[in-house]
Amino acid sequence: MQEYFLLFIAAIFVNNIVLAQYLGNCPFIGTSKETSVALGMGGAVVFVAVMATAITWLVQEYLLSPLGLDFLQTLAFILVIASLVQFVEMFLKKMVPPLYKSLGIFLPLITTNCAVMGIALICQRKEFPLLKSVAFAAASGIGFMIALVVLAGIRERLEIRRVPRAMRGTPVGLVMAGLMSLAFFAFKGMI
Amino acid sequence: MITTSGLTLFGLGLGAAAILAVASKLLYVKEDPRIAQVEDLLPGVNCGGCGYPGCAGAATAIAAGKANPSVCVVADLEAMAAIAELMGQTIEEREPEIAFRDCTGGERAEERFAYSGIMDCQAAAMLHGGAKSCPEGCLGFGTCVAVCPFDAIHMGPEKLPVVDPNECRACGKCVEACPRGVISIVGITSRLLHLNEVTDCLAPCRQQCPGQIDIPRYIEQIKAGDYEGAVNTIRERNPLLMVCGRVCPRPCESVCRRGHVDSPVGINMLKRFVADRELHSGNRLPIPCAKETGHKVAVIGGGPAGLSCAYFLRRLGHNPTIFEAMPALGGQLRYGIPEYRLPKKDLDWEIQGILDLGVDIHLKRKFGRDYDLNTLKEDGFEAVFLGLGAWQASGMYAEGEDLEGVLGGIEFLTAHALGQTIDIGRKVIVVGGGNTAIDCARTCVRLGAEVTMLYRRTRAEMPANPEEIVGAEEEGVQFKFLAAPTRVIGDENGKATHLEFRMMKLGEPDDSGRRRPEPIEGSETLMETDFIIPAIGQKPDLSCLYDETVEKCPVETTRWQTIVADPDTLQTVVPGVFTAGDVFTGPDLVIAAVGDGRKAARSIHYYLQREGDIPIPPMVQRELIPYTLFKEVPGVQHSERANMPHMCHGDDRNCTFAEVEGALSEPEALTEANRCLHCGLTCYDRDMELPWKNEQELR
Repeated sequence: MQEYFLLFIAAIFVNNIVLAQYLGNCPFIGTSKETSVALGMGGAVVFVAVMATAITWLVQEYLLSPLGLDFLQTLAFILVIASLVQFVEMFLKKMVPPLYKSLGIFLPLITTNCAVMGIALICQRKEFPLLKSVAFAAASGIGFMIALVVLAGIRERLEIRRVPRAMRGTPVGLVMAGLMSLAFFAFKGMI
Repeated sequence: MITTSGLTLFGLGLGAAAILAVASKLLYVKEDPRIAQVEDLLPGVNCGGCGYPGCAGAATAIAAGKANPSVCVVADLEAMAAIAELMGQTIEEREPEIAFRDCTGGERAEERFAYSGIMDCQAAAMLHGGAKSCPEGCLGFGTCVAVCPFDAIHMGPEKLPVVDPNECRACGKCVEACPRGVISIVGITSRLLHLNEVTDCLAPCRQQCPGQIDIPRYIEQIKAGDYEGAVNTIRERNPLLMVCGRVCPRPCESVCRRGHVDSPVGINMLKRFVADRELHSGNRLPIPCAKETGHKVAVIGGGPAGLSCAYFLRRLGHNPTIFEAMPALGGQLRYGIPEYRLPKKDLDWEIQGILDLGVDIHLKRKFGRDYDLNTLKEDGFEAVFLGLGAWQASGMYAEGEDLEGVLGGIEFLTAHALGQTIDIGRKVIVVGGGNTAIDCARTCVRLGAEVTMLYRRTRAEMPANPEEIVGAEEEGVQFKFLAAPTRVIGDENGKATHLEFRMMKLGEPDDSGRRRPEPIEGSETLMETDFIIPAIGQKPDLSCLYDETVEKCPVETTRWQTIVADPDTLQTVVPGVFTAGDVFTGPDLVIAAVGDGRKAARSIHYYLQREGDIPIPPMVQRELIPYTLFKEVPGVQHSERANMPHMCHGDDRNCTFAEVEGALSEPEALTEANRCLHCGLTCYDRDMELPWKNEQELR
């Protein structure tokens, strides 16, 4: 139990996927203009990361490792994740329209998202068992979501502040992301 | 090794492709192909101005028929037309709406309070309530400028946001951001329908004007040289600006804040200046009207109230028809105001401008004789406006007033305007002290008579415009103050020869604040005369509302012979029948009739659109707002008020009906406009340093 708790804390705060490992910066800046959008995107990342980690774990365990093809890991994972996201999108559209409505427009954005890919690869590198991999993926996704929502909140407030014209929008967003990253460094050494 | 890896990847890919292929077959959702097409046509800015999450959301909504093809605030007309065509609809140009700032200048929050470094309106409003001097106005930090996605707002020199109408897309971001509600997104229709509310930025002049004209705004436009803009601003409240520019007694100037410093701004001279500019420019400014609604409204009476009501109904998209009993439109403007104050050709020009909007007229059709409320209904009129005016002169209550040689003031003026020759003889006595009395007196002077005016109070109490009194004096009218008629004495032919009057003295002030005249017993005097014109008041003639078959009048009336109506909606007890003007208020100003005509048009608009439900804003302004009427106006230098130029002088005036007063020249008008303090509720522009160093010290 304690192990999982630590895993969660570590994945959300200490090794936050964006703020400490700098993965997934593109959607981090791109979808953090409004809190509601950020929540949707965060939800989508959690959902896809869990699915992708589980399925890539299976691919690694039962396909690549027995055949001794570990060096194909990255290539195979890209293929699997891309197909998976496409499939999930179609599946949700048909079977769970409400969920598709809230997550749907973000799914194509995640197809080639390095955060999702990164989570799957980190699990392999650390040789987590399946359950722990899924837990780690969920925690990392939540970490991504938290960072995204916080930044969106900041940027919403920035909208009505006097920001020099040249710095408006993405530039000041990046500065804010940097400051947030520095703040998250405070968690280093907690575990 | 290579074979295995190749085969594995191939297998993985094939597997994934197969699954996706099957899935796409099984999980196919039929989607409207138009969504993608619409999305291609949208600009893809994802600004959210339409209220949907991004352009994809808007496209979905348009394809689903939930949104209008014109929902996009950024797309140009071409793109909208393309989308509409895709959706099988046509696009009609709608009334443009833009951000509109309702707050006029003066000192602003930024100059008054440091707010400890807060540079944002919302924060300032939350922490301190903003500028403490005015509970409504702009705080001047420009948050609206920061949120505008189209760079359509900038801070003007007076620390007030200025909207660029060409850039504004009416997305509403500035309205959301402003904590004071100073900015609204309005089209011309809602501006026409707006009644003054106490939360509006109402300078004293705007509160006082019965027509609710946005006076500071049009003076600001004159100052900026935008004379056409000024005309349009006035026309949003008053279609008879040329008329009012000549005859209005200017209630607005009586409360002008500059009046506490030196003398009030010549508001009406400025109105006349821009109105005459349009008149003499040779082309009329276009007046935009809303889309046709097809509702037919009967406007009975072509006087200022009827003309105003018809004008506003037309601008709101309805189809008014004016029924007029006289041979020409204008009512008292034509038949009650003499030529030398309001030339008939100019009046015709102004009325023609209203008719050109598409107002039908039926002349020489008398209500009650040629038609009545029932026949109007049968003819398909959905609402009726009664603007009958007040055409009956009140009597003197003096013995012998029905003798030959006695004619009521309004009847005299009407007869004269109709071109009838009246034998007034050589000596004329006019009884009364109002504008009508002076009009009668000055008309008689021009007809070659010696005129004496009898008024029961003194010159100071005369209700007529001061310059009219001066004009009469200059033209040789004799005044007999503190005198009231008691008896008309006639000869054996029943023709009046003498008027007996009694001297009066002023007693205690009455309800109107004027001192009540009391007779001095035994002071009766006789005065020789050929013609007597009692001009001591008018009342509506409601006989047309009765007919032989019905005993009771269909609408309720008061003991002053005026029609009873709800003071806010102006609807009479008969649903769908509205009234305004002198027949409702009793004899009143032109601008009051014009203002109430608009109010009635507003009510008729809602009556037709909302099946009889006429909304009245809860904060509607009914009387002057006390805290705005302060008399201490520091920081303003003295400056001379312009004089109304006279176009003909001295003795010439006594024999011609040519117009007496003229318009200001352009430099004079600009100087006069610059005297305006550009007031808000409590703020105003100062032109010199205050005697104290900063306002905090004062507090």
